[in-house]
Amino acid sequence: MNVWLPTIFVFLMALSMLIYVVLDGYDLGVGILLRRANDAHKDEMIASIGPFWDANETWLVLGIGILLVAFPVAHGVILGGLYLPVAFMLAGLILRGVAFDFRVKAHDDHRAWWNRAFYFGSLLAALSQGFMLGIYLLGFQYSVASVAFASFIALSLVAGYALLGATWLILKSENSLLQLSIRWARASLWLTGVGIVAVSIATPLVSSRIFDKWFVLPNLFLLAPIPLLTLAVFAVCDRTLARMLLGKPHRAWLPFACAVALFLLAFIGLAYSLFPYLVVDRITYLDAATAPESLKFMLVGIAITLPVILGYTAYSYRVFWGKTRDLSY
Amino acid sequence: MDPLALARVQFAANISFHILFPTITIAMGWFLLFFKMRFRATRDDKWMQAYGFWVKVFALSFALGVVSGVTMSFQFGTNWPGYMNTVGNIAGPLLAYEVLSAFFLEATFLGVMLFGRQRVSDNMHTLATFLVAAGTTLSAFWILALNSWMQTPVGFEMIDGQAHVLSWWTVIFNPSLSYRLTHMLLASGLTASFLIAGVSAYQWLRGDRAPAVMAALRSGVFIAASLIPVQILVGDLHGLNTLEYQPAKIAAMEGLWHTERGAPLVLVAMPNQAGQRNDYAIAIPKLASVILTHSADGEVKGLDEYVGEQPPVAPVFWAFRIMVGVGVLMLVSSWLAAWTLRGGREPGAWVARALVTMTFAGWLATLAGWYVTEIGRQPYLVQGLLLTRDAASSTPASLIGLSLGMYLALYLLLIVSYVTVVFHLARKRARIDDPAAHGPATVAGSGPGASHSGLGKELPK
Repeated sequence: MNVWLPTIFVFLMALSMLIYVVLDGYDLGVGILLRRANDAHKDEMIASIGPFWDANETWLVLGIGILLVAFPVAHGVILGGLYLPVAFMLAGLILRGVAFDFRVKAHDDHRAWWNRAFYFGSLLAALSQGFMLGIYLLGFQYSVASVAFASFIALSLVAGYALLGATWLILKSENSLLQLSIRWARASLWLTGVGIVAVSIATPLVSSRIFDKWFVLPNLFLLAPIPLLTLAVFAVCDRTLARMLLGKPHRAWLPFACAVALFLLAFIGLAYSLFPYLVVDRITYLDAATAPESLKFMLVGIAITLPVILGYTAYSYRVFWGKTRDLSY
Repeated sequence: MDPLALARVQFAANISFHILFPTITIAMGWFLLFFKMRFRATRDDKWMQAYGFWVKVFALSFALGVVSGVTMSFQFGTNWPGYMNTVGNIAGPLLAYEVLSAFFLEATFLGVMLFGRQRVSDNMHTLATFLVAAGTTLSAFWILALNSWMQTPVGFEMIDGQAHVLSWWTVIFNPSLSYRLTHMLLASGLTASFLIAGVSAYQWLRGDRAPAVMAALRSGVFIAASLIPVQILVGDLHGLNTLEYQPAKIAAMEGLWHTERGAPLVLVAMPNQAGQRNDYAIAIPKLASVILTHSADGEVKGLDEYVGEQPPVAPVFWAFRIMVGVGVLMLVSSWLAAWTLRGGREPGAWVARALVTMTFAGWLATLAGWYVTEIGRQPYLVQGLLLTRDAASSTPASLIGLSLGMYLALYLLLIVSYVTVVFHLARKRARIDDPAAHGPATVAGSGPGASHSGLGKELPK
């Protein structure tokens, strides 16, 4: 069996998932923060993600699509093991996705309900995704301990998405919403930090295999940059937000970049902990890979379309660059 | 209920809900491009106002299509793991190509199309509108390539119980693709044009007779009237293709239990699967043979040739009659409306009411048509290759039931909201006294008023 094709695909899948988590993370985060905003701010917040959310969500379809297509055996086991949380996540994504349109088009009396659906759907999707990650890491057991662990990851991910959302709003908003966003960003940064620390301590404790991958020599030293960099990024982010609160000169993009960096570092740590397994301790990505002729056919498509997709995604972000203006059509 | 039945109901509910919205958006994307091009050619504001109204309905339909499509991408695996294990080498890449070539394209340029009018040039905005329409159509191409392959599988070999591709060209351009794709694209055209005609007629009845409303009404009616005869012809050709490759489906559609020469055309009946006969049948002698073999004595295969692999006959039989019946109503109503609208005339109250009644006729016909083709393929999931029951998952019935209940409640809420909001938007348009005064339809301006096309929520009521 050719090793390269599955390796390329597992990398592409991880990349899609990472892009999904960052991109949909900021728009889910904005949805989670929506409950704390007044009506004018709500419009401004949703306008900041309006042109992007749909394409952002497509990365999830691509990631799950690659899992389904390139690693069908693992797909069945993973989504079978996560059946209910997946259903809840989808319900959340459905509610939120349609609320974008219904909240401005429905009867004025119903508007508040669709705003609530927007918030609730975003929250439900984020909680479900975090819960899925926790259950997945522990190999799909539903014991009291694993559900508690997964619930904690769920809350941490909500904090992380809120951080991405708030720092995105710092980029896109002005005046009173900007001030509010800075405060939201700082609060969610600290909650995210607590989450990262706790999950990092808990994961090796509940999984001896992951413990063995990290806490042996020389791995411990080779891996040391990951937690150290995480700490450094956290500090930079916190200091920048503190300066912003005091109204000192600052770089508006820095908090968002820091939030992305935190997700990237957590993702690398996670990927290292799991590799080469797609289903913890049971199925490696090589075991699960589909027929080479199908992988080749898809690789041709990906090689042609992915650069184009990245190109027009960049174009779309350039079109809507800068502070959000009133978006209506 | 057993898990297989629940998984089927759940998948049927999701896919039925999903197809409603692409059926609208595939063709409405082209309608929007048509409105935009008419505006560019004539500089008449009414076209841009029509665009401005229908782009809202498009965006709403698109959002519902996206969220239910995301759900589908998960359920292929969760509900039918045996499907991916057996034919994943074929289904997977086709789905992947849909996401890569179409899904990203339409999603990204939808943002530019909806929100970018003040930020990009008019040419770029027109290009974005084109790319969204092309993306939805390309999306339909890949999905129908896969579905058609499941009906008429070719171009592969089975090795250790798994399909391996011999020729991608043969797999994609399988024998039923051209018929099914054309039939579906026309179905989308009819669904969108009856929706546009119906909602515009509703606005006309409520006294909103602005040029934009009349332009949309006329576009919907005349396009519907031109598409429906083509659709009837294509549907007939599609049926002959099905007769060649899936004769059991045709036998179920026609309610023919026994192979015979000079087979009658059964108009209505109660198909009785247990007794393998029709109860209370009304039939025209020899006509089925004439239609299907073009000879009064031609032999038509009956369901008795397919004992053990018969589809459930009654739903196929009835769904087919609903589809054809709605098609006939479409022909009558659109031609009647086209006649009354000829030469710039007004529609008249009865014709307008008929169009309002037909607003969602396309949904009914499309769903009925898909039930014919999907239930008619049973008991197979992939014709002759994989039985549906062999593809089902081992997920416990309680879990499927719980999620099914949640999905059904959600879909019911959304479908009611959708229809309500479409008509709410239609009434809202009518409340604006003088749309032309608010409608600077060029994109040159960038002030806060520049994008209003006389229809926006931001206008004073």
